[in-house]
Amino acid sequence: MPLARVLLFGLGLHFKMLSRSPFDMFVVVASPLIFATLAYFLFQGGHGQSLLVAALASGVMGIWSTTTAQGAGALQTQRRIGILELLVASPTPFWAVVLPITVAISAIGVYSLAIGLVYVRLFFGVAIVIRDWVAFAVAIPATIGAIGSLGFLFASALVRYRSAFMLGNLFEWPVWMISGLLIPVAVLPTWLQPVSWLFAPTWGMRALRHATLGTGSAWLDIAACALLSIAYLVAGSFCLRLFLRSARARATLALT
Amino acid sequence: MTNLRLLTIGGLISYRALFGWLNPFSYVITILVPSLTQLTFFVYLGRTAHVADDTYYVAGNALVAAAAPSLFGMAQTVAGERYSHTLSLLVVSPASRIAVFFGRSLPATLNGIVISIWTLAIAALLFGIHIPAGALAPLGLTIGVTAFACVGIGLFNASLGLRWRETAVIGNLLLYILLIFAGVNVPLSRLPGWMSTLAQGLPVTHGANAARQLIAGASLGHVLPLIAAEALVGTVYVVIGLSTISLFELEARRGATLEVA
Repeated sequence: MPLARVLLFGLGLHFKMLSRSPFDMFVVVASPLIFATLAYFLFQGGHGQSLLVAALASGVMGIWSTTTAQGAGALQTQRRIGILELLVASPTPFWAVVLPITVAISAIGVYSLAIGLVYVRLFFGVAIVIRDWVAFAVAIPATIGAIGSLGFLFASALVRYRSAFMLGNLFEWPVWMISGLLIPVAVLPTWLQPVSWLFAPTWGMRALRHATLGTGSAWLDIAACALLSIAYLVAGSFCLRLFLRSARARATLALT
Repeated sequence: MTNLRLLTIGGLISYRALFGWLNPFSYVITILVPSLTQLTFFVYLGRTAHVADDTYYVAGNALVAAAAPSLFGMAQTVAGERYSHTLSLLVVSPASRIAVFFGRSLPATLNGIVISIWTLAIAALLFGIHIPAGALAPLGLTIGVTAFACVGIGLFNASLGLRWRETAVIGNLLLYILLIFAGVNVPLSRLPGWMSTLAQGLPVTHGANAARQLIAGASLGHVLPLIAAEALVGTVYVVIGLSTISLFELEARRGATLEVA
């Protein structure tokens, strides 16, 4: 019970803090506006549903953008503001401190989804028609949770690198490209398709698309999000344990 | 002589500080790889939309690749000073602001040229874009002028750093405007009239157009008016940037708001 309280409180606290960050809010607000606009001008003549999916895709792009930009450097941030040692020394398991941070980073992407939908509705007159509201409502937290868990893996795996923030950023455009967001997987080289399966945005976008258009079952994609989340968490916890053991042995926790 | 030293050595030191330069790794992962991944994304988006061929996206995105380091690099020349608590020292120094900031823009221009050439060369290999041998020198000129224009808007972004702390936000906003408005990814003919008119006053618009025509086989003489237009746009932004630096510095001195911004 105390662990659940730590996770929920941490999630709420960091969500509120990130919601007041001009940079993070810019990323989540700008992504859907920019990419929905690009999609509108590039796919002129496309029907309303394709623009609706483009709006959702640009929302997922916003979620991924915040995760790559901030998730990879989440532990560096704690180190920079001087509380990393306190967090590690506290009796709470360290993963329970880090996970709410990375999930909160992804969770502010919910603004991206909302803004993307409102934007295409108001400016392009796209009707917001969702075929399966239940699956859609479940797909949003499943997508955010999976991408946040991937952020947890990034934060844990890249913590020893001085340039973790930039390393995380490297994944922004490639994952946007291979995850079937604005670009169908069919136009990409075939060898990229299995690679895309490793990234949560692929399954999150599939779930949202299927729930919106009713073209397939979103529940399988939601299940894939859940499975990937577990895999990311296990791998991330392992990396985090290695990092902590090494940092304690060498007394390098406060060093970059 | 002092101004020349500020312009060259000052600019070089500021640029080295930008990346830390402990090793070239940070340059590769910050600049070289993202410029290619961004270009590849738009090439495939273009293939999906069937709006233009690969050359359109390769040329446009190779040219706009010079904008990101110019916008963020130049902004960092102010933000970095603030972060290291030396901005107030810079402002009270008697050094010529034109020499200081124009000096800092020179490495950024060179950087933009290197990145554009790198992006264009690798992308041409990846996507099989044939560039005629005769177009190489004019393309180099086009890239140089476009990088200069991008640094112009970067100087403007740097000046905003004296007034607002969130330079990364403003830099991203300007970059996104270029991606949509400047004919890099959406042909100007598909944009509403007011957007394509606005594009005429933005860096990269004319440079990207010239680069595409050169790759298609046009002569330097044919695209010279476009290159001249790009140079004019760049010069206007440099003048605006240097003017706004003076203006915001004056404002910060009057209101004692340099560290508050």
